[in-house]
Amino acid sequence: MKDIDKWNEAVDSDNLSDDENMILDAMGLNESSRRKFLKQVSAASLSIYASSFFTSEIFASTMKDLPENTIALLNEVKVNLRVNDMVKPLTLDSRTSLLDALRERLALTGTKKGCDHGQCGACTVIIDGKRNLSCLTLAATCEGKEITTVEGLAKNGEMHPMQQAFLKHDGFQCGYCTPGQICSSLALLEEAKNGEASYVTEDFKKIKSGLTLSEEEIRERMSGNICRCGAYNNIVQAFKEVHTGDDEMPTWEFATQEQMDKAKNA
Amino acid sequence: MRPFKYTGAQNKDQALQAFTATSHYLGGGTNLVDLMKEDVERPDQLIDVNKLDYKKITSNENGGLTLGAMLSNSDTANHPEVRTKYPLLSMAMLSAASAQIRNMASNGGNLLQRTRCPYFFEVSMPCNKREPGSGCGALKGMNALHAIFGYSDSCIATNPSDMCVALAAIGATVEVQQPDGSSRMIEFTDFHRLPGDQPEKDTTLMQGELITAIHLPKPEFSDHYYYLKIRERSSYAFALVSVAAGLQVNSGVISKAGLAMGSVAHKPWKLSKAEEFLTGKKPTTENFEAAAALEMKDAKPFEGNKYKVEMGKNAIVRALTQAYEREV
Repeated sequence: MKDIDKWNEAVDSDNLSDDENMILDAMGLNESSRRKFLKQVSAASLSIYASSFFTSEIFASTMKDLPENTIALLNEVKVNLRVNDMVKPLTLDSRTSLLDALRERLALTGTKKGCDHGQCGACTVIIDGKRNLSCLTLAATCEGKEITTVEGLAKNGEMHPMQQAFLKHDGFQCGYCTPGQICSSLALLEEAKNGEASYVTEDFKKIKSGLTLSEEEIRERMSGNICRCGAYNNIVQAFKEVHTGDDEMPTWEFATQEQMDKAKNA
Repeated sequence: MRPFKYTGAQNKDQALQAFTATSHYLGGGTNLVDLMKEDVERPDQLIDVNKLDYKKITSNENGGLTLGAMLSNSDTANHPEVRTKYPLLSMAMLSAASAQIRNMASNGGNLLQRTRCPYFFEVSMPCNKREPGSGCGALKGMNALHAIFGYSDSCIATNPSDMCVALAAIGATVEVQQPDGSSRMIEFTDFHRLPGDQPEKDTTLMQGELITAIHLPKPEFSDHYYYLKIRERSSYAFALVSVAAGLQVNSGVISKAGLAMGSVAHKPWKLSKAEEFLTGKKPTTENFEAAAALEMKDAKPFEGNKYKVEMGKNAIVRALTQAYEREV
């Protein structure tokens, strides 16, 4: 049986693995909405969806405090890191970036290390409501600050609408920049609400709160997040859906059997 | 990164007291932390000044605004008073870096950001700015991004700031706190320096001095303004050439011009000759071209950056045109 046939059969008959069924049950998707959802996401997306789902349920609540040999620390600093509404007291080398503290000490590996020099945006997290680069933030400076990482976005087992939109619109390929893209997008929603200007804003004097951003504006404002796979078109679509509330369908769709056959025989 | 001691200062006195010759004040860290990772900056101590109370925007006695040094670039650029009275400054600031970096970067720190010269960043290369006496790799090397004005044999690097170009055009003053507790004012055009034989010094700040505020004169360019930034991609990149242009036009005549260029010299390059030339003249393309030619005739490019002369001339004309034609 061809892969696509297998997949079609699975979709049509809900012939999913126990794990997959469990995820969909937990998402509250019943017969018809489940079918609609499965037709929208590819098999690969479902597994990524699943990992995000488990991320929200499990990883966030099992944030770890990995041991560090404090005797070996140079210039140790103590900081209470408040991440995703949980506080962890840490003893760190003063050189530790917030990114390394999140990944290496708290096992929150959703936030990614791309360039580690503030040039790619993969490490974007939200600090006190604003998007920041965790690679250039020293953990020592974060006492008393509210840090939100991609692990903290899902609530009650439901992905944040922005996460759902990225899946629906295929706003990624390899997925490495995605946590940064999503955190950045969330902060941008607020910036637009607050009426903040960008370099491409026509008139700095007349700008008002509750902005609806054009594609040009979205691209300029999201330029701090590089996507090496070039999923920019879909990222913009995903952002737009959440930003404007329009339930825009993705611009791609699965090939029909007829199209598949035609392509094969061409 | 080399080990350093982290000192969190709660107030100005603590910060000044903790300062030693091998210390750096830490603002947003967007430039300093990066340079420490590159082993270019090697402080023994970082004094975190983010908690210091220099985060306000207030009216000053000249009828202008005073910007706190520890306010972030994004909060400054999007402050309603800055955006309406000094849109040229907002526009320049918003052209810089990315939203994330602007959220982190402080106003004081922006004034102190260091060059993007690749020889400065690469520790295996000679660089008089990083290692005085080691030579200048760019002089006869890859110098496409380098200065065409005001350089010396020891350094041909440029200042990368966008904010500072607008501040030079507007004519700001920098207030600094001295280690002995007194404060002093520095005219913006005197704040950054040319390399001469001491390219390791970017500014005229003295050891231990802390920037506390940037004072702006009364707003003059709130109607006709434009910050033109030419770069290799349309966002999130440093300028090849940039121009900040502000005009005051009364009854069809330019009554005041504020002009500066970025990425062409070791400091934000104030175009005083063009400003003077344009004052009292009509805002026509011919006059804009003449003003641009007047400035660019002094340009002395290198092998790799000859393009900056023509680009600079066109950029000045275009920035002035955009500024003038903006709907009021």
